[in-house]
This record gives sequence, C-alpha cells and structure tokens, in this order.
Amino acid sequence: MKRHDKSGIDLSHLDTVKKAKKSPEQVQPYAELGLAEDEYARVREILGRRPTSSELAIYSVMWSEHCSYKSSKVHLRQFGEKAPKTDVLLVGMGENAGVVDVGDGWAVTFKIESHNHPSYVEPHQGAATGVGGIVRDILTMGARPVAVLDSLRFGPANAPDTARVLPGVVSGISHYGNCLGLPNIGGEVVFDSSYIGNPLVNALCVGVLPAAGIKLAKADGPGNLVVLFGARTGGDGIGGASVLASATFDDDGDGGEKKAKRPAVQVGDPFTEKVLIECCLEIFAADLVVGIQDLGAAGLSCATTELAAAGTGGMLVELDKAPLRDATLSPEEVLMSESQERMMAVVTPANLDKFLSICDKWDVPATVIGTVTDTGRLQMTWHGEQIVDLPPRTAAHDGPVYQRPIERPIDQDALVEHDGAALRRPQTGEELKATLLTLVASPNLADKSWVTNQYDRYVRGNTVLAQPQDSGMLRISDDTLRGVALATDGNGRYTRLDPYVGAQLSLAEAYRNVATSGARPIAVTNCLNFGSPEDPAVMWQFSEAVRGLADACLELGVPVTGGNVSFYNQTGSTPILPTPVIGVLGVIDDVTRRTPAEFNSDGSLVYLLGDTTDEFGGSEWMNTVHGFLGGRPPKVDLARERLLADVLINASRDGLIDSAHDLSDGGLAQALVESSLLGEHGVRIVLPEGTDPFVCLFSESAGRAIVSVPRTEEIRFTDMCIARGLPVQRIGVVDVLGGAIEVQGQFTLSLRELRQAWSKTLPDLFE
Amino acid sequence: MPTVIVDVVLKPEILDPQGQAIVGALGRLGIEGVTAVRQGKHFELDVEEHVEDETIAKLSQTLLANPVIEDFSIRR
Amino acid sequence: MTVRVGVVTFPGSLDDADALRAVRLGGAEAVSLWHKDPYLYDVEAVILPGGFSYGDYLRCGAIARFAPVMSSIIDGARDGMPVLGICNGFQVLCESHLLPGALMRNAQRKFICRDQRLRIENSHTAWTADYDQNQELVVPLKNGEGSYVADEQTLDMLESQGRVVARYMGGNPNGSQRDIAGITNEMGNVVGLMPHPEHAVESLTGPGTDGLGFFRSVVTQWTARVSA
Repeated sequence: MKRHDKSGIDLSHLDTVKKAKKSPEQVQPYAELGLAEDEYARVREILGRRPTSSELAIYSVMWSEHCSYKSSKVHLRQFGEKAPKTDVLLVGMGENAGVVDVGDGWAVTFKIESHNHPSYVEPHQGAATGVGGIVRDILTMGARPVAVLDSLRFGPANAPDTARVLPGVVSGISHYGNCLGLPNIGGEVVFDSSYIGNPLVNALCVGVLPAAGIKLAKADGPGNLVVLFGARTGGDGIGGASVLASATFDDDGDGGEKKAKRPAVQVGDPFTEKVLIECCLEIFAADLVVGIQDLGAAGLSCATTELAAAGTGGMLVELDKAPLRDATLSPEEVLMSESQERMMAVVTPANLDKFLSICDKWDVPATVIGTVTDTGRLQMTWHGEQIVDLPPRTAAHDGPVYQRPIERPIDQDALVEHDGAALRRPQTGEELKATLLTLVASPNLADKSWVTNQYDRYVRGNTVLAQPQDSGMLRISDDTLRGVALATDGNGRYTRLDPYVGAQLSLAEAYRNVATSGARPIAVTNCLNFGSPEDPAVMWQFSEAVRGLADACLELGVPVTGGNVSFYNQTGSTPILPTPVIGVLGVIDDVTRRTPAEFNSDGSLVYLLGDTTDEFGGSEWMNTVHGFLGGRPPKVDLARERLLADVLINASRDGLIDSAHDLSDGGLAQALVESSLLGEHGVRIVLPEGTDPFVCLFSESAGRAIVSVPRTEEIRFTDMCIARGLPVQRIGVVDVLGGAIEVQGQFTLSLRELRQAWSKTLPDLFE
Repeated sequence: MPTVIVDVVLKPEILDPQGQAIVGALGRLGIEGVTAVRQGKHFELDVEEHVEDETIAKLSQTLLANPVIEDFSIRR
Repeated sequence: MTVRVGVVTFPGSLDDADALRAVRLGGAEAVSLWHKDPYLYDVEAVILPGGFSYGDYLRCGAIARFAPVMSSIIDGARDGMPVLGICNGFQVLCESHLLPGALMRNAQRKFICRDQRLRIENSHTAWTADYDQNQELVVPLKNGEGSYVADEQTLDMLESQGRVVARYMGGNPNGSQRDIAGITNEMGNVVGLMPHPEHAVESLTGPGTDGLGFFRSVVTQWTARVSA
C-alpha cells in the first residue's frame, strides 16, 4: 500500500522512527557506510532501537575519521594540555577556527585545512572547494575573510600525473580565490615521489573581525529559528549515500540507476560564496544571529548535530523544507550532501524578517527549516513523518575514540644509520658552482612564479608582503598601521627521519619566517597529513609528530588554535612521507617597518646569524643530487629560534636592517640566490675562515638567517646580537654593480645565469 | 512546451585559444585528422507557443551572444 | 567641497572598496552605488570597478550591463559624464556598447597577476588629464579575460582618432590586439582600462603610486570647472 502525504509525495519507502521501532531485525548497510560493527552496535544502544536510515547516515558521516578525529583525538589532546599561557587567545581549539586578539579592538581568525583526496580525483574542483570550505570556516566565526595561503605537494615534477594534477589544482585555487576577492599571499609548492597518487592541498584562510564580534556555532534559545541559507542542496559528494538509496527493503531497481547519477565530487561556485560572504557580514554587523555554522564535510548532518549539541541540545528540523537542486534526493542523501556555499544560522523570531531581507538584497536563498527546542534531542521530519530522533552530542562529540596501535617502523633505525656520510661532495669552486646551479633549477627550489602569478595578490588593497617573501603580510584595515603576517611550512623528509624533530623543525621554520619579516608570532594552526591510521608505523609517526609539535608550541609560547588531520594519504600500503604543515600567525605594530627578503641597498653588509654545522639529513642537496634520504634531520634548538626571532623583530622595528631572509631548504646558498634575484642586487661573499665551503653553502642547520645591514647601523646591530648571545658573522657585502653572486676563492655566478636556471624549470614543465 | 536551441560561436576571424588548446589535447590523445576546433555555447530555451521568432532573435542578439565577437544560429 | 565620484557595486564586484579608497586618496568624495538602485545621488563621475560581477556568467559583464544603475550611467555617459571602467568595468562598458570591441579570455588561458608597464597615449581624457602624453606607468594587471579584440576597421579608427588611452609595454600580457590596455570613446569621457590603477595608489601596498593620476584627473578638472 502506497502511503502519500497531502501533496502526493510517495512516502511508502521512507524509513521512519516508527518503522525502525517495529523492525529491529532489519539488516542495515552500516559497513558500506564506513561504520564498524561495534560502532553500529553503539548506535543501537544509544537509540534503544535500530537507527532509521537517516540516522544511520548521520552517524556514519559524523563518526567518520574526517569528522570525528577518532584516531587522532587522544593525541591532539596534547595541544590543549600543553598549551602555553597566553592572553591573546579569544577562541581556542574546538570551534570552527581559533581567534586571537591583535589589539586596537581587532581580532584575527585563521585556520588551515586539507582537501587532498578530492584534488587527486578532480584537481580543479577539489582544490577550489578546499578554498571555499576553509573560507566559510573563517566567515562563520563572524569575520571577513581577507587572504588565503596554500601549501601544495605533488609527485615528481616530471611525472605525467603531476602534469594532470598540478595545473588543475593551481587553476582551481586561482579561480575560486580570485573570484572571492581574496589575495593569495603565500604558501609552498613541493615535489616528492611519495605524493604521487596522493597530492596534498592544504588551504589556509585568515579573517579579520571586531574582537567583540565573535560568532559561535551554537543553537540557543528554545523557539529560535533555524535558517538554512546559501546555495540549494544537490547530490554533491554523496557517493556513499547511494548505498542507502539501495537499502535492501527498498530494492525496487531504482537504487542502481540513482547511484549512477550521483557525482562523487563537490562542485563549487565562488560567485555564490562571494555574495554569501557579503550577505553574512551585513547580517553580523546588524547582530542578527544567535549562532551560525557553515556546512562543510557532512553537510546538514554536521551543522544540525553540532549546532544542537553546543546549544540547549534540542532542535526540530523539517528536512523537506531544505531547498533542493534535485527533487529526487532522498532524506538520507539530503543529510549527506556536501553541496557547497551553504550556511546555517539560528535567528530569533524577532530578527527573522530583517535577516531574510538582507538575504533578499543579495539574492541569497534562505529558508527556515527548523526551530531550537528544549528536548535535548535532534529530531527531524520528512513531509510530516519523523525520521530522526537522537541525542545530538552522541553524533557530534561523543563519537568513537580509538587508541590505535603504535609501532616504531622496523626500518627506522636503518634509515637513520645510513646517513649518506660517504656520498660524494663537491670539492672545487667549479663543482660548488655546478651544484648550486643544479639546486636552484631543481623543482623544489626553483622559481614558483608560474604558479603564483595566477593568484591575485592585490585585491582589497591591504597586502604589504606576498610570496616569495618570507611571510604574507596584511594591513588589518585602512585606518591602522597594525598588521598580521602568516607563513606555512612543512618538511616531509625531516619528519620521516625523525617525526618528533621534523614536526618541530616545521613549526620552527614557519615561526622563523614570520619573525624574519618583522612580526611577532602569536598562534599556530596545523594540517597533519599522514598515511593510514590503521598502520602502526604511521601512528607512531603521527603520535611523535604531535608530541613534538605540542612540546615546541609550549616552548615557543605559541598555542595551537585549531587545524585539521588528513589520514589515509596512501596508495596501497605505502604511505606518504609524514607531513605536518604548520601555519604561524604573527602581529606587527607598524607594517611600514616590515623587513623585505631581498637585498635592496648597495653596499650594505651581509651577516649570517646562527650556527652552521655539517647537517645534511633530509637536505635538498642529498635529495636532488643523490636521490638519497637518510640520517638525522638538523638539530632543533627552540631557545635559539626564540632568540633569533627576537633579534629580527627588534632589528626590524628599530630600522637596523635593510633586509632579512631565513635559511631553510638549500641552506645559505639558496637564501643568497633568493635575496639577490628578488632584489636584482648581487652580493660578494667571503666564507668564514677555516670552514668547509660545501657545508657553509648547503648545510641545512636550523635557527639561521641572513640580514643586510646598512653601514650606519652595523655597530648597533652587531652589539645587539652579541649582547643577546646570538652568533653573528659578517659574510659579505651587497654589490649591485657586480650583478653576480661571488663567493671569494670559489666561483662567481652572474645573476643572469642564475635567473635563467631558476626561472625556467616550472614553465618548461607545465606551460 | 517547445524548445528553442540557440548556438553561439565565435566569429571566424576571432582567435580562439581554447579551441586551439583542444586541438592540441586531441593530438596528445593520439587522435588524428581533427584539424580545427572552435568552442562555443549551446542554449536550450523552454519557450511558450506565443513567443515570436523576432523575440528570440532579439534576445539572442542582445544577451546570449555578443555580436562584436560572436555569431548565433537559432533552431526550433 | 570636492567632486563626488560614484563607485558601483554589482554582486561579485571585488575591487569596489579599493576604487573607493583610490577616489578618496585622489581628493574626491567617494560614493557607493548599489547596482539595483538607478539613482546616482548627484555624483559627477562614475567608476565601474574590477571583479567578477555575476560570476562572469554568460560573458564577463554581460549581465551587469542590464543592472538598473547602468541605464542611468549610460544616459549620463551620453551626456558627457566621466565614466571609468576598470577590468570587469571595462568589460561592462564594451557590453553596454559605450565602448567598441570586446574582452576575451587571455591568450595564454591562465589568469595573470603582474606589475605591468603602461604608456599613457591619450592624456586628454577625463581620467588621464593628470598624466603627460606618453608617460610611462607601472600598474598591477590581474585578469583572466583581458584580451582586447575588435575588427581591423575599429582598431584602425581607434588609432587614427587617438582613442587608445594606454598601451602595454615590455611585452603583451594577455594577447590584446595592438597591445591595447585601455581605450576611450569619441567624447573622451568614457574610458575602459584593463590594468588596475586603484592598486597603485599607496607604495605600501602596490608597486608605487603611478595609478593616482586616474583619480586625480577628475578632481583637477572639476576644480578647474568650478573655479572658472
């Protein structure tokens, strides 16, 4: 017997709460949806009956690794437990994004997130929707998104699949970010064979808001209305839900056909998001929301459970009221849809009209789909029939927590022992010169303009520094000189050799980058990209990396405010290099005092700060010249990083230096090349007496930077370094007429020849 | 309701780099014999009976196509 | 008291805030104009800013051209009101037939953002009066659809009538015919420009301040008219 509601909709196949109570023996496809047997049993226990297929859909997405962090939670706790004391943190981990106070009544929110797997499947849309998603996370905190950065990792630069993936990823980020009117101010592009088949696309967004205007994701106030606004809901990203569409008791042949129609990839529309942003900001300015959440992974399932869980705990949703792009969607599909550019707000009845009129002004569809209740339950109906009745905390927060087995990889000791000490090193000046040319032309060290010229860096008119500077720096607004700086860094090779130290080095590099431009680091976000958590060796890497990161954040005094974990980055049984990507946010009082990375003043003296020792484990030289990975990564000395940062920040503020550039991949040589080419100013270098030129030029010891100092400030600057115990060594002088990098007694390389080698690599590969 | 098709293509004298890129891609796919590609747009309009040809022509000319660089053709 | 310059915001406009800032830095009073509102609020000049109005749906500027505010602007332009279209704004002006030709996808099929050298070849328009003839500028260029095309007859006419306002120097960044970066109408009050002068108004955030002249020109001319 077909049951219809008043409008003639066929509800006979609908799996309702009533039906679930009456059919406990119903076999349900929980395994295909990714739930383990014990997890399914727990759901039954929580509900006191079998779940409806809609409830099953909700639990399956909310308890997935991506949404519940079930494998990583126990480790990520350390970020909270070891959090350094700071009075700038306004919102910490656990919300959509962290928020820090930057003074003058302003706050800044920022976060980094991954969209790795979709970018492999459909590079343009995968990367584009990655940008869209992180931007909404920032928007939902009550902030205007003001810039993006992206950290990208691909397989070997000359691999055919890289030629497929890279241009698509770049065009996706470019198109979406540019259309939103967000300047792209920094990031990385890294190539390594371990990422073939598993590219990493980590997108960071930063937003600005009044410190008093933070919005949180909670549904408070019984009687308040739940409004879904933004794009209509379609079948994006619901590959898994098709299993429910063909549930055994619904087997009338429709399932198979429907399955074929469902796109696996989300498709983004930046124009829709742009008007959504402007619409939201007007709504925020008029203080019209009690709570707000963006719809990202797990769409409506996530938004409703999280809003309800964080508020009074009760919500009633009429799911059929959600505006659809595709009228054939079942309620399970609506719940699992990952259609982009959607938000959910909680609005008092008194404010509803004003809210809707702002949406109308911007032509943003908005629909009331529910109300906040005081039942402590999330309840949903579909054309009048109840299909969901669950305690929202159980889906949103009390998901499974795994203690995954951890085992140090059996090859770890051998990897560290075979340290490449016997690898042939360049001896003569000619050999050093050839090595330098080889390195600057290698894809990881070569010019990235082919990528970054596809990004708008100017829109909004507040970009003070952008790639290839050490950090991306923004003026907070027109009427202040205060600014923020951001850098993202990671190093998969260091982390493979020693996950604890490698993660610390990644943080240290981003921290150092921010300080090098003159900003004081105050907060951290991280994107932890690893292989399968079911592999004990990967879990060892993960746990060590998180421990290293948490310890380093404490010592450097910068808290983690939020981030993202991406597991399952592997093909077959081979995981990617463990790759924590760290974003550091800093603040600068006066952006006009920022320090650029390029040599810009003829005759100024070049100083090397920090200590250099023979450290090549995981280095670009070993990788590029010998294709070798082994040994230990460079030592990490966080006290030294703090000192170096202090000196660079003070020197910047006091105008003691013309330029500063930190040392990292490729060592001193790469830093000299970059500072010279960027500023079109050559340099004459004299390597310190009694040192090994190869080690001097190419070692990757941490905690170092080069600065160029005007003669008038030389004494003041060096005195400051000496007084503070920072090793400072004069190594050369900026020489614009020479038009070359001259390393006395070794070689001279004209800037023209260097630029030629450095700038043709990426265009030759991808143009 | 009848459907009207409006096809819009770039005028022959306008350089079409997208079309050229497609020819290149066909070559890389190992497909031979396709010597030129022009990329355009295909519009399908659900049109009530009473709407006249003149109206369709007008909307094609003022909105669907940019007559400076595009030609269009209408099919019922 | 100073000249009032309006900047239109369409859905998807991006550089509207930057244009408003540039107008203020140029010495004029900046007035925000909403696309749905046909009233021009007594502005004496209008800027159509850069961005992706209507997501570049159908064609860049094709839909914005029909906005209610545009009918007032088109009328005003025909009466001599200065109108500057930057990037997407240039596209809207061409779609509105206030300027000849059209803008198409960059020849290299990629978005390009770079500091672009330009030469001002007509310093008599309402927007370029503050520059010297043949003055060279560096102004950011950022577009995906910036290639100016027109038939040979139109191009010849533009050249012979001195209506090429700005030309790319040091290489053609997007395939524009005759390296044209900007043009003007017969009256010299409507100017379309691909590069973004509003991003070269503060050395802190741009490659210099070469773009300020565009925004000063209307002020200078207005001041001259008012004091005459």
